Amino acid sequence: MEFVEQFIVPKFNYWIYVVLMMIGMHAMIAKNNFFKKLIGMAIFQTAIILFYVSIGVKEGANIPILDHHMMPGEVHANDPVIAAKFTNPLPHVLMLTAIVVSVATLGLALAISQKIYREYGTLEEDDILSQIKLEPND
Amino acid sequence: MKGLALFAVVLTGALLLYATGDFPAWGSVHSPANGGELSSHYIENVRTETKVPNIVTAVLADYRSYDTMFETVVVFVAGIAIIALLRDFGNGSRGYPPALANNLPEEPDLIITQTCNLVIPVLQIFALYVLAHGHYSPGGGFQGGVMLGASYILIALANGVEVAMKAMSERKIMLLAATGILIYSGTGLICLLLGENFLDYHVLSRILPTDPIMARSHAILIVETGVAVTVAAIMFSIYANLATRGTLKGGL
Amino acid sequence: MGEQAPIAIVLAPLFGALLIAFVGIRFKALCLPVTLGALTVSLAATIETFRTVLSEGEFIYLISGWERLGEGKGISIGIEYRVDAISALVLLVIAAVSLLVAVYSRTRVVAETPDRIPYYYMLYLLLVAGLAGMTITNDAFNLFVLLEISSLTSYALIAVGSRRAVLSAFNYVIMGTIGASFYLLGVGYLYIKTGVLNMEDIHAVIVANDLAESPSIQVAFVLILMAVWIKMAFFPLHAWLPNAYSYSPTTTGALMAPLVTKVMIYIMIRMMVTVFGLDYAFRATLGMPFNWSNLVVSLSSIAIVAGSVMALSRRDLKKMLSYIIIAEVGYMVGGAWLANERGMTGAVYHIVNDAFMTLCLFLAVGVFIARTGDPRIAGMNGLFKKMPITMAAFTIGALSMIGLPPTCGFFSKWYLVGGGIEAGQWHFVGALLFSSLVNAVIFFRIFEIAYFPKELSDPAPECTDPDAAPVATLQRTPLSMSLPLWISAIALIGLGIFNHTITQWIGSALGSLKFFPPAG
Repeated sequence: MEFVEQFIVPKFNYWIYVVLMMIGMHAMIAKNNFFKKLIGMAIFQTAIILFYVSIGVKEGANIPILDHHMMPGEVHANDPVIAAKFTNPLPHVLMLTAIVVSVATLGLALAISQKIYREYGTLEEDDILSQIKLEPND
Repeated sequence: MKGLALFAVVLTGALLLYATGDFPAWGSVHSPANGGELSSHYIENVRTETKVPNIVTAVLADYRSYDTMFETVVVFVAGIAIIALLRDFGNGSRGYPPALANNLPEEPDLIITQTCNLVIPVLQIFALYVLAHGHYSPGGGFQGGVMLGASYILIALANGVEVAMKAMSERKIMLLAATGILIYSGTGLICLLLGENFLDYHVLSRILPTDPIMARSHAILIVETGVAVTVAAIMFSIYANLATRGTLKGGL
Repeated sequence: MGEQAPIAIVLAPLFGALLIAFVGIRFKALCLPVTLGALTVSLAATIETFRTVLSEGEFIYLISGWERLGEGKGISIGIEYRVDAISALVLLVIAAVSLLVAVYSRTRVVAETPDRIPYYYMLYLLLVAGLAGMTITNDAFNLFVLLEISSLTSYALIAVGSRRAVLSAFNYVIMGTIGASFYLLGVGYLYIKTGVLNMEDIHAVIVANDLAESPSIQVAFVLILMAVWIKMAFFPLHAWLPNAYSYSPTTTGALMAPLVTKVMIYIMIRMMVTVFGLDYAFRATLGMPFNWSNLVVSLSSIAIVAGSVMALSRRDLKKMLSYIIIAEVGYMVGGAWLANERGMTGAVYHIVNDAFMTLCLFLAVGVFIARTGDPRIAGMNGLFKKMPITMAAFTIGALSMIGLPPTCGFFSKWYLVGGGIEAGQWHFVGALLFSSLVNAVIFFRIFEIAYFPKELSDPAPECTDPDAAPVATLQRTPLSMSLPLWISAIALIGLGIFNHTITQWIGSALGSLKFFPPAG
């Protein structure tokens, strides 16, 4: 119980992300079906996004968009912006990039697996391996 | 093999968890990432440096614009790679399993097509709004572009890919996708030709009727438009090629 | 425009790819000229950058023009390029090799992927842009984006090949994504403790806040190392490489084999030198009773021996070369971790040499397969008589791989062996000599087959892909194939003759570093 309170509760998000990552990575390595491998890949990449977004959380802070009325020339033009009041924008920016990258990777991987299905008629790894005549130098 | 995989996964997980003990407290305002000079600079100076209230948009398309340009290129790469892999240019039908649903009803379903006809214009207008309003609210090129692409996917779902291809032919997809990146990198190139570094938007004030800081704000909208064009075209292209196995004929 | 040269290195291939999208899809004959033009511009920009580095030393190029914050060195708020003598050298290799392979591709792409020419060249150019961008960037996250560009393009360039190529491309996707995700996680672990993304800033914060013993930084170090090792096919993580390189189209193999693994080795050195610092890299322990330097050098020795032994038993030419690449990766990783300047110089010098050696051998093998249609070593029966000029170039590449003077392979191996002796890592020296011996056995066996023709006892080779359109064998070698081959062969001798100059360039970048031999 003490372990839970000391190590898990305060770092709850990080534990969740690690568990998700392990599920995804295990599916990528150990599953026999190519489609399941890709689902694992998606889980893995989503876990990383959870990790990054967790970095940027600030207690008591708002979304990283300044009030429209605080723009120069308006009422509160010269009020200084207090960094503690806004969530860290950088992890969000990085994750926008990472989401796009993971979508692109997933799309390409789907296309490759579709081509595999076209060539071999199956997406099970062991079926495909049995179709390939294993040459002695393979 | 399975045991080895499990071992590798558990080892990685244990390694990652080992380090979490060292992380700053969750939600801390003073952690290096949150309270550090870099993140504080973005929040505190975005108003004076770019005049864009949405800090994420400003960092995405100005401070780290080079990243975002290549992010768009990643989408472009995925699009052309999928065409290169799947597209059936009419001569390679070898060993081709028959498409899953050749027995689609000839006439598209009335309720579905009419609903889509109602939804699609709204969706497209909303996509443009999300794109244009990215300075002030969550949104921007990627989100707007994906919605725009989704509207074409909806046409394809309701009426078949051929109908959607009439509005967005293959040739047009490639031209639009390349145009989007050209808008982005061309903006950077203009900055370069005006004598500043690549993507240094403030120099655009010489050709836009604004001051250097507002020029940054406008340039962000220009490059976000480029992003949206590429993303919309490629998203539809990915769908069309994956759903029809590269033939671009028939529906799902 | 001289100061804008660094950005032109990456932009030229990008704009080339866009131009193909605009005009190349309709006019297929324009694809190759556009590719060659873009790569020539990129090469010119690289040479200009190289000259700047020679005259002024390392320099920074600020993209978007955001100046660094604060006094002193400050922190970077934008993304910047950083070029020093080593990265300029690697950029030069990328530009030169990609241009040579593009010339070589003239007949091959038309023969192997006739209906996908524009898409092939677009992917080709974007791969080059990704590799150059990775080499030149100074931002840890930007490196991830460009890493993904080069990975996605290489998956696709492999998968357009035969039936087996698609399968190996899928394995590469899985392995490559795990690698890239590890890298992203590693950057995240660095970011959470340092709050910055610029490589030099990360190092400055680690030193300033004394984070060397922090578990997060150590885990980040492990994750990033695993990531680059997966991507460079370091021995136990090599499984994706041989099939991917040997079943892919000729041009893909000839472009990726020399460049992708070498650029990843450069990234590893960059991480060691710029991000973590050499002191950290060689001494960090992760609470274990060993230090990184000894551990990694031992792993490299195993990689060299394993790669060589596996190469020995292959009968397929390209596959044999692929396993030699795996052994060569061991050379460079080991050299970089020897913890002395001689070893590091040898590793960087070997990056350059190995790129051209691999290029020369892959180009030559491509010519053999195009002429005989037989991918096996046995298919080289009597080739000295049939195509003596190509065989001569192949011989130069092979001698360099074995490590005989005056080819460049001898000199970089000399530095590596010297570094190994200096560090007292005798098993590494032994592995290097063993590998040279194995390479000698492999290549002299090939020379024997090629020089003394004999009646082939086994039947004609079975095509690995029964469905593939049969690629007609060429009657004579076109100039577009023999010219790049000869240039690469001459480069091997040139790199050997000018070894003193090149190592001095490398030394000028390494000179300011302090090498900390691991304690004990």
